[in-house]
Amino acid sequence: MLDFIFSKYNYWIYIILMMIGFYAMIGKRNLIKKIIGMNLFQTAIILFFVSIASKKGGTLPIIEHGHGHGAHAIEAAAYINPLPHVLMLTAIVVMVSTLGVALAIVITIYKRHHTLEENEILWQQK
Amino acid sequence: MATEMIPQSPILVVIIPLIFAFLTLLFGWFRRNLCYPITLVALSLSFFASLYTLHTVITTGTIHYYLGGWKPPWGIEYVVDHLNGFVLVIVSFVSLMVAIYSKRSVEQELPEKIVFFYCIFLLQVTGFLGIVITGDLFNLYVFLEIASLAGYALIAVGEDGAPFASFNYVIFGTIGACFYLLGVGYLYIVTGSLNIADLSQILPNLYHSKVVLVAFAFFLVGVSIKMALFPLHVWLPDAYTYAPSSVSALLAPLMTKVGAYVMIRVMFTVFKPYFSIELIPVTTILGWMAAGAILFGAILALAQIDLKRMLTYILVSEVGYITLGVALANRNGLTGAILHILNDAFMMLALFLVVGAIMYRSGKREISQLRYLHRKMPLTMAVFVIAALSVIGIPPTCGFFSKWYLILGAIDANKWIFVAVLLVSSLLNVILFFRCIENIYLEPMAEHSSVGSELAIKREESPLSMLIPILIAGAGILSLGVLSGKIISTIIQFALPAGF
Repeated sequence: MLDFIFSKYNYWIYIILMMIGFYAMIGKRNLIKKIIGMNLFQTAIILFFVSIASKKGGTLPIIEHGHGHGAHAIEAAAYINPLPHVLMLTAIVVMVSTLGVALAIVITIYKRHHTLEENEILWQQK
Repeated sequence: MATEMIPQSPILVVIIPLIFAFLTLLFGWFRRNLCYPITLVALSLSFFASLYTLHTVITTGTIHYYLGGWKPPWGIEYVVDHLNGFVLVIVSFVSLMVAIYSKRSVEQELPEKIVFFYCIFLLQVTGFLGIVITGDLFNLYVFLEIASLAGYALIAVGEDGAPFASFNYVIFGTIGACFYLLGVGYLYIVTGSLNIADLSQILPNLYHSKVVLVAFAFFLVGVSIKMALFPLHVWLPDAYTYAPSSVSALLAPLMTKVGAYVMIRVMFTVFKPYFSIELIPVTTILGWMAAGAILFGAILALAQIDLKRMLTYILVSEVGYITLGVALANRNGLTGAILHILNDAFMMLALFLVVGAIMYRSGKREISQLRYLHRKMPLTMAVFVIAALSVIGIPPTCGFFSKWYLILGAIDANKWIFVAVLLVSSLLNVILFFRCIENIYLEPMAEHSSVGSELAIKREESPLSMLIPILIAGAGILSLGVLSGKIISTIIQFALPAGF
């Protein structure tokens, strides 16, 4: 059992991080804490994507010495898959902009309600 | 030049609004009143490009467009078939109508933010068009986030409760998008591909893998949040009620429909119908969720005193109709669902435009305050009645035909309980809309006798830039109803996934 956990520890960390983020997004009352939770949630997904690409003992996905030397058969198993990493570059951009928009909205909320506690805002809206 | 442009039409559909979004920012810096014409030009060009694309699809079949000339499993590919060619035209047409309409309402509601409004408006439309046209799952995620981020910003500039409603939407929308992204990741683990056509060929050998099941679950939950399927609809009513009127007129018809399109795509193209229908009981679950959406949407709408808020709950119930058609998973049901994507886009467009016009003229939108509007704005109210009849489902309006196919589908599937749900919801819609129509058209006895008050009511029709889109939407509802047989025979029967 322990072996099962430790051999795949990065996936366990991803799940734990994601659940912490998920809890903060839904359970916390403070809007900034919700945003922190959202960021954790998204970062966990980055960890997941990076984990699925990496290999033990894998090397950079660059064919050494360039032209001509790439003619021999390439062993895919020796290289780390670069594609999920590239996907995550795009996803990071998306996540940063989500964070930016969320923070901008929180500033507007604070200007209108002078608080960041969800229950106080709901009370004010009644 | 012109002949070289023509094979590029799929990319032009998306790229024109994207480039013009930045042009509005640039020109708006110098002349603020240039933004509106630039937006109109961009959306008209995009509309014609999408119309041309659909025409090409109908005459020559599915279009594959490789971005940068990279072949599919590696490069990003745009695929246009009958289904998304059809949705593309709906999206670009509806957004063009809302853009025409937006002039006066933006001037009134957001006088200082006109430049940014049109910039984000175009980005929003880019997101919608991109979601629909792309043939790559990760690219779809990026466009989904472009559309959502633009939506958060547009909603947040609305009236008092808007920022908080928008914040809740951010939280829910992010969970939905992240679940979708996780689904993409899980599929990538087992297949090593992100291309939809490629995936649909690789996946059938892996249908019994647990990873594929998890991926499917993530996809479905993520998309359900984005399309506001009951019980994941909680963000929708607040967000669309408090948003500026032209924003709710853009988002309400489109965001949910685009979500429904993604759901159909994932269930029946990425995964084969055999997987979604026979291997796992997903259609049963979706069917009950849809039935819940239809009934609860209509019942909660009954409890509302605010007209715009009532419409948002009706929207929740309309999402249920589309999902029900998908969940019935037979030829008639799916035809009804795809036809309802078109019809509901027009009905919601008309209703939200009318509410915006009422807000613009009187600043009121409580149902009890709507009295005498039929004399102030007779044409606008006529369109409201047409749209209301269409939501109820009275022939010759288009709403009747999609409901008819949904009921036929439910009978074919031997699910009589769903037939009952559809009929009950029609009755609930009758109550909902006749409450409004009664308030608008019928005058109280006491006031009727005093002649003075009658003379005091002046005709105050909505301004022309608002009236034209409203009338087009109203005419569209009637003509789509008459033409629905033709639409089904030329487009929708080919849009059905293989195996139906």
